[in-house]
Amino acid sequence: MPKMPKVFIEKINKTKHVKASTMQQLIASLKLNPEEVLTIRNNELVTLDTKLSEKDSIKILSVISGG
Amino acid sequence: MPCKNCKEKPVIQLTNNPRKLCKTHFIRYFEKKALYTIKKFSLIAKNDKILIALSGGKDSTALLYLLNELSKNKKLFSIEAILIDEGIKGYRDKTKKDAIAFCKKESIKLYIFSYKQEFGLTLDAMLKHSNQQPCTLCGVFRRYLLNKYARKLGFNKLATGHNLDDEAQSILMNQFRRNNSASARLGPITGMLESKNFIKRIKPFYLLTEKETAAYSFLRGFSITFTECPYASQGYRWDVRIWLNTIESKYPGTKHSVIASFLETLPLLKAHYKASASLNSCITCKEPTSKNICQACILLKELKHV
Repeated sequence: MPKMPKVFIEKINKTKHVKASTMQQLIASLKLNPEEVLTIRNNELVTLDTKLSEKDSIKILSVISGG
Repeated sequence: MPCKNCKEKPVIQLTNNPRKLCKTHFIRYFEKKALYTIKKFSLIAKNDKILIALSGGKDSTALLYLLNELSKNKKLFSIEAILIDEGIKGYRDKTKKDAIAFCKKESIKLYIFSYKQEFGLTLDAMLKHSNQQPCTLCGVFRRYLLNKYARKLGFNKLATGHNLDDEAQSILMNQFRRNNSASARLGPITGMLESKNFIKRIKPFYLLTEKETAAYSFLRGFSITFTECPYASQGYRWDVRIWLNTIESKYPGTKHSVIASFLETLPLLKAHYKASASLNSCITCKEPTSKNICQACILLKELKHV
């Protein structure tokens, strides 16, 4: 059963609840390219295969800066 | 699956191979690769005076940190930093604050110059009077000021935080625009011709990806804002970047292959274009240029006439 962790997307400065059991699913449902983001769970950098729980606090940081 | 080298929890999966690394081993991997790049391409020599182009973002902050640590440990070269404030409201003002705080904490001398001070207008104001792309104006004026002040302040090298993604994008942009002579000026050390007016630019992160640099900055705990330039999405580079990252996520290792292929052909490109290349002094400002008038003076003239 997919969870609904809270996700903060820094690029758009918004928090959302997203249905996802893994970080990979979460990135896919936000239609983001994993090449372009860092995935942070409870203030720790994690890989895409990380399993998520309802209580997790997720942050998505954009790795792109300049032009 | 744990870290390839120990049993710790991984923080990153490297893109060009199936390895996953924990925080300690990723930081070690990153620093070793930057050092390898410096040695392989002879980027730094004894007694070099290196000016580091700092924006306050992830790449240049990581570069400044690493080169500062190296210069403290080895005492073979010296470093200072320079920040160019283009005048981009809501972006550069934030990263400038981070840059000043970082240099203060690390006791690094930081020089700051601005478009407003040098050209009389911020980039935001220039764009109201110009049909040029923001990245065209920004890039030309930034490179102009970096070279001018690196030379005036007595530095013999300028280090930039350009990473593997930046370089792969530039290579493809030049290919798509049939601009091989511009590609001949790329590489881990830029430029083709020797001149006391042109300060060589070095890129110690040439073999490290944008994501790896971002991860390193995050894991090192640098106090930086992970933010995008508001003009970035208006440039040609943006479309090439999105396209390249889409290909990379489907075919991992593509960006590394672009760089590896390019490095094989770079000596041929340099040899081919060196014969016809010339480095003159701009008749208006005396800065180095391949033409009679440098691109910065051409753009400034356009801005005055609009």
